[in-house]
Amino acid sequence: MAMQSRRTAGVALAALVVVAGLALAQGSAVDEIAKYREALQDGNPAELWELRGEEMWTVPRGPRQVAFTRCDLGLGPGVVKGAYARLPRYFDDAKRVQDLESRLVFCMVSQQGYTPAEATKVTFGDGAARRSDLEALTAYVVGQSRGVTMDVALDHPRTREMYALGEKMFYYRGGTHDFACATCHGEDARRIRLQELPNLTTIEGAQKAYTTWPAYRVSQGELRTMEWRLYDCFRQQRFPELAYDSDAAIALTTFLARNANGAAYAGPAIKR
Amino acid sequence: MADPMKIRASLVGDSTEVKVLMNHEMETGQRKDAQGKVIPAWFIQNVTATFNGRTVLAAQWGPAVAKNPFLAFKFKGGAKGEKVQIAWTDNRGDKRTDEATIA
Repeated sequence: MAMQSRRTAGVALAALVVVAGLALAQGSAVDEIAKYREALQDGNPAELWELRGEEMWTVPRGPRQVAFTRCDLGLGPGVVKGAYARLPRYFDDAKRVQDLESRLVFCMVSQQGYTPAEATKVTFGDGAARRSDLEALTAYVVGQSRGVTMDVALDHPRTREMYALGEKMFYYRGGTHDFACATCHGEDARRIRLQELPNLTTIEGAQKAYTTWPAYRVSQGELRTMEWRLYDCFRQQRFPELAYDSDAAIALTTFLARNANGAAYAGPAIKR
Repeated sequence: MADPMKIRASLVGDSTEVKVLMNHEMETGQRKDAQGKVIPAWFIQNVTATFNGRTVLAAQWGPAVAKNPFLAFKFKGGAKGEKVQIAWTDNRGDKRTDEATIA
């Protein structure tokens, strides 16, 4: 009997050591990932997307041969500098709240003469054969807000409505796994595999996350936008497919963007 | 044609620091597509950097180099306002040359 309990204690001790070792490894993995990101920051391939988007911006496009220089992102036609830090917002001409990507689609349809289907044919790119103009344009526009303080105004009742809807969605549990955004993003120090998850219910967490999207994903070799981030979160939650340029995507973006107010925008970033 | 590179070159002390981002798929030839067919290898094979007609870097690359590669190197000499050229050739014979002014 005494023998057995000693053996049990031995096993328990060994288990404890293993757990401690794991915890240690996790802590250093997070540090190592931070170091990895820092090392990559210098040569962020997102710049290649910015470059392509910048070239696209001034070229006449679509059936009507109109350039994006006539596209109003909220600060006047063609004004790009600082525009992203104030989006989403309500646009009178579109009669709805729009995030950057919705606004780009709107300009492509209303000014350049594309059909909505043509404008959103490739929302998320996949290699050289399937490149997304929207990702390149987004990269360029957000890059022009680097260092600009996030300042999303809830001055319009429709924007306030979208914010409230986004907040509701963030906490709404559903799907086969009974998941909400908040399930993963509502607590500090949560991880998915070895990737730490930001707590989006805190100001610092929301700021750090929002200001580093869009980002170049090294694992995909692609620049990914905010709409992609939300689309993929929905997929991971086993929610219905999040439609690009939908009010659902815009509402969540409004909620997240507004919560990042006060922080300097730092994208497009680079992520694992 | 291949997309342009992004090149930054700056004079640090008596040498020039060059940072290059290249736009390339860098397909290893090891991956398969959704139908199970091998995606053919497609990667940058030769990279050269020239300054005033002199080759300051010559490299042979293979499929182990990442997609959209970043290359940073230093060479002795260089002067502000002068130009550095970077050129690559891939295994399909596609080429790209870009240049940057040393700042």
